[in-house]
Amino acid sequence: MVRRPFGVDPAGGDPTEFWALQDVSFGANQGEPVGIIGRNGAGKSTLLKIISRITKPTTGRVTVSGRVGSLLEVGAGFHPELTGRENVYLNGAILGIKKADIRRRFDEILAFAGTEKFVDTPVKYYSSGMFMRLAFAVAAHLEPEILLVDEVLSVGDAEFQNRCLGKMGQVAGEGRTVLFVSHNLNAISTLTKRTLLLDAGRILFDGDTRSALGRYRDIWSGNKGGGGEYSDANKRTGVTLARVITSEPNQIHRFGEPLTFEFEIVFAEKPKSGAFSFQIVDDQEKPIAHVWVHDSEQHWSRRGQVRLRCVLPQPRIYMGRYHLVTHLADRASLEHFEVLDGICPFEVVMDGIAREYPWIAGTCAYLEDATWSTT
Amino acid sequence: MKHVPPQVTHQASDGVLEILQYRALLWTFALREIKVRYKQAVLGAAWAVLQPLSLMVVFTLFFSILLNVSSDGIPYPLFVYSALLPWTFFSTSLAFAIPSLTNNAQLITKVYFPRAILPLASVLAAGFDFCIAGLVFCGMMLFYQVRVTIDLLWVFPLLLIQVAFTVAVAFFFSALNVTYRDVRHAMPLLIQLWMFATPVIYSVSVVPERYRALYLMNPMAAVIDGFRKVLVQGHSPDLWSLSPVAATSVILLWAAYRYFKRAEEAFADVI
Repeated sequence: MVRRPFGVDPAGGDPTEFWALQDVSFGANQGEPVGIIGRNGAGKSTLLKIISRITKPTTGRVTVSGRVGSLLEVGAGFHPELTGRENVYLNGAILGIKKADIRRRFDEILAFAGTEKFVDTPVKYYSSGMFMRLAFAVAAHLEPEILLVDEVLSVGDAEFQNRCLGKMGQVAGEGRTVLFVSHNLNAISTLTKRTLLLDAGRILFDGDTRSALGRYRDIWSGNKGGGGEYSDANKRTGVTLARVITSEPNQIHRFGEPLTFEFEIVFAEKPKSGAFSFQIVDDQEKPIAHVWVHDSEQHWSRRGQVRLRCVLPQPRIYMGRYHLVTHLADRASLEHFEVLDGICPFEVVMDGIAREYPWIAGTCAYLEDATWSTT
Repeated sequence: MKHVPPQVTHQASDGVLEILQYRALLWTFALREIKVRYKQAVLGAAWAVLQPLSLMVVFTLFFSILLNVSSDGIPYPLFVYSALLPWTFFSTSLAFAIPSLTNNAQLITKVYFPRAILPLASVLAAGFDFCIAGLVFCGMMLFYQVRVTIDLLWVFPLLLIQVAFTVAVAFFFSALNVTYRDVRHAMPLLIQLWMFATPVIYSVSVVPERYRALYLMNPMAAVIDGFRKVLVQGHSPDLWSLSPVAATSVILLWAAYRYFKRAEEAFADVI
């Protein structure tokens, strides 16, 4: 049970004072995984630090029953001169794992990290990847009653992050109370059912995860990428307007809903046969889908100016951030008139879709339909 | 607006009991310091002995041979080493304990444990050096054929008093150093000056009678003199000067710890 009111007197307050958190009060029950989201500077890390007893609240009270384990940083206390083995014991001791427990799970920890070969080499010789994996492996075997996790998943490559997420999911599912701070909204939606939304030190929302994420996106996603529309009216040949129409506002698109694209194209010199295509490209610059249209079907290029509408009835693009790359060309000569890159950003989300399955970022590019049968 | 007095209540207890609860971590930190200090050094743990030994050689050369400082009839190397042994324990403890909090700033802002463990671990690590240098001293005692008396047992209470005082100083200055980083730079100078105010190089008998009471208000003076008396002079320490020091050390330890605990609340914010 965690409950803490922060009081402040605005009239008498010093204007140079900064309240990292104000009037924050909430409780968490045993076995409840709770997400904590918010912009940078909202006070999320400060909140965890206070519950971890690292910082003392200026006013207010925290009541905690049970052993608290904090993952505020991975590899806390690792010393470069000591070997992997020595650091595992050191880090484990720092995190509060008993020596006997570390010894018992030592092989498991090394296996998770994949650094068995280098266990007796000083850690200063490790690559940063190995370092992170070993550090996380120790932290992942922490088994307190209450676990506080702060953004530890924002390090490492995609594969490592997936493994961490999987482990987090396992830990959260074992009846532990977990307070999970992250910017990775898909991770939050996978791991938690209840989320706190913080902003400027206050709780804006405390309730089910889906609504919290919706609120967060409503308020802030729109700021990223300055809106989804592309427009350039001064062109003589090329795309003058490009727009993606997603199922939710602010360029958020729910998986499986019809996805609509609109383009306005002008031609200074009307080609005999035009070809327009766009690619949906992911945030690693990898093209996921390619959609094209030739004017032989609709005879639009000879008009000089046309507005095209493209509907993908049930796109199965996996969750993540995407943008468009468009190609405008002469079909016969294959001469490219124009290529636009990095326009119309949008995001696919899987919230509320088959929640029994843990959606993990980067698992695949898209989900395919299939029919299964036994023989 | 009503202010709720700040408290963080956990089922774990506070203060000294908590340090005991975290003793495994205390041990781990001490081991870490010892290992790291000697890891890449070819001479390894020999460094623990080199410091008092080399000082002994230099002091013997300059203070005994050249300046003819009195050593109360005892061979000067033995005379000075018997004081250098506990003194080095004291100075090394402080040298590592005082910056121990700022050196571990990363840990302090990310992990919870009673912060007092850090300076304590440094004192423990210095204790390890003391034991090794002590072995060499045993060799010296054999060499000089020092008569071993029952008074040798006084070493234990003397150590206790010294450690109490050392920890008090360590608590106070390590906490102060978090806010005022000058402390860590001023410390080496202070310790050097302190050594001259302590009967390491010379004997207490050198100090004129009128000033002796004042002189003995330096806790380390009574302690070091005590060590010398029991180790090489074969009689008990001067209880007249030692008892007030013992009492003072305990009081200082209690006061320093109280200060440390109060300063601790702000460590993660200030460090």
